[in-house]
Amino acid sequence: MKRSLKKTVGLHALLIFAVLVVCMPVILAFIISSQTETEVLSFPPKLTFSNNWVYNYTTAWKRIDLGRMMFNSAFIAIMVTIGKIIMSLLAAFAFTHFEFKGKQILFFLIIVTLLLPVPVRIVALFDVVRSFGWINTYMGLIVPFLASATGTFLFIQRFKTIPNELVEASKMDGCPPMQYFFKILLPLTKSTIGALVVIEFIYIWNQYLWPLMATNTDNMRVVQIGIKMLMNAESSNNWGVIMAGVIMTMIPPLLVFFILQESFMRGFALQSDK
Amino acid sequence: MKQAAFTNKYLPYVLLIPTFVILIIFLFYPAFESFRLTFYKVNPYSGAGKFAGLYNLQKIFTNPGYIQSFLISAIFALGVVGVGLTISLLLALLLNQKVKGAQIYRSLLIWPYALSPAIAGALFNFLFNPANGLVGYFTGIRTWMTNGNTALFVVILAATWKNLGYNIVFYLTALRNIPRDSLEAAEIDGAGPVKRFFSITFAFLSPMTFFLLVMNTIYAYFASFGLIDVLTEGGPAESTNILIYQLYRDFFVNSRIGYAAAESLMLFMLVVLLTIVQFKTTEKKVYYQ
Repeated sequence: MKRSLKKTVGLHALLIFAVLVVCMPVILAFIISSQTETEVLSFPPKLTFSNNWVYNYTTAWKRIDLGRMMFNSAFIAIMVTIGKIIMSLLAAFAFTHFEFKGKQILFFLIIVTLLLPVPVRIVALFDVVRSFGWINTYMGLIVPFLASATGTFLFIQRFKTIPNELVEASKMDGCPPMQYFFKILLPLTKSTIGALVVIEFIYIWNQYLWPLMATNTDNMRVVQIGIKMLMNAESSNNWGVIMAGVIMTMIPPLLVFFILQESFMRGFALQSDK
Repeated sequence: MKQAAFTNKYLPYVLLIPTFVILIIFLFYPAFESFRLTFYKVNPYSGAGKFAGLYNLQKIFTNPGYIQSFLISAIFALGVVGVGLTISLLLALLLNQKVKGAQIYRSLLIWPYALSPAIAGALFNFLFNPANGLVGYFTGIRTWMTNGNTALFVVILAATWKNLGYNIVFYLTALRNIPRDSLEAAEIDGAGPVKRFFSITFAFLSPMTFFLLVMNTIYAYFASFGLIDVLTEGGPAESTNILIYQLYRDFFVNSRIGYAAAESLMLFMLVVLLTIVQFKTTEKKVYYQ
């Protein structure tokens, strides 16, 4: 069935309108991040780019030591992502390729973790981390997040779609389990890993509550807390500087998202065509 | 699970050790301990606990502030789910049409997924602030953030906006998986696009809608802390003080440990309830943060 030209144009118009509405807050933030304080406060508001970029971006960067926070957030997000992927790959491999005592119970315990998001256990989690001396350390921000039901389930689903013959053939060749894991399974899991990188990096980069509680020195703060610190520091509500800071903190997760977008979409698709 | 392939007595346990060490120390033990503390009065300085039975639970439910927070959270979650799912379904349907550049449109509509609740809070704070917020200028209303009802509305809007990308991705996936023949059969039977949508598409989308309903509720209750902290700090006059914000203040600011533990137990009950709904209505068991 061919669509009429009129309909096609209408569809594009609707889509462009939707894109504009959805992107509007960030577009405006980007424009404001180029303006001087006087322009930001001008009446009626000025909605065009100005030339105060350098001042706004460098001020935001220096006001709250954003460089340090960017490093902290990136380091934590990368470590958690790597750790989680390795641990859930191994766990998924155990659950899909071996038969062992207590398998059902252990799998059930992994499902149970879905019932325990951070806020549910935060009171005692804080005590545990404090008793380890991990307040204001990377350990305190990384280690509690290394195990993941999401990752384990995602890899289990992926492994289940890999034909059994591959395992049988490898066994016939006398290939030991771990060699099969590294040589055959891992290369077939690339797009699931890509999807998980997107999910976990963004999840950790965007975390707020736990880093707020587990750190209290400026040099251990993460960018999300930095946004609020910047808003408080710019007491005159110099939105140009604040928006410059906001724009900078959204760049790393957006890069990860756009680079791995295709695996991310495929990773999602995989779970739902089950 | 598919039948096991390898035989090895110890290897599977070795593979699971890292995961379970973390789970026990940072998930199971703290969860258990938090629930235990619900039934204790804890001294904030010494940390010493005294068994107090249902004292803390009684305390939270006789506190009008907590009841109000409970209601506000429910309204907030309803708003996020209702507005969010409606808009994202419409956008997903639009994206599912065959048009040139569909991929580009898709990227441009789902990328806010990568942004944080705190960033959404900062952006909406700028748009709606009473001094020079653009929305204030264009609508002529400057009291968005100073009136309790409209502040809650803005918080819902910000939270919904941030989660649109997530919902669209899932709806798109569900739309792609609708069997083409069902739609074609209906078309041959003379069903118009609107009728086709309600009789077929809608039915195929309902498991995904349930899934998203649960995930968005969890998002509203648990992941919106940063949004509230940056946008309203629970105000004005506690009108956006959702349960997670209340919990943070009771535990971290006021050091009411047993009381906070009781609040976290309530949140746990909520997750259990949602999970039961989830497992009952769909067979999908994969969660995304």
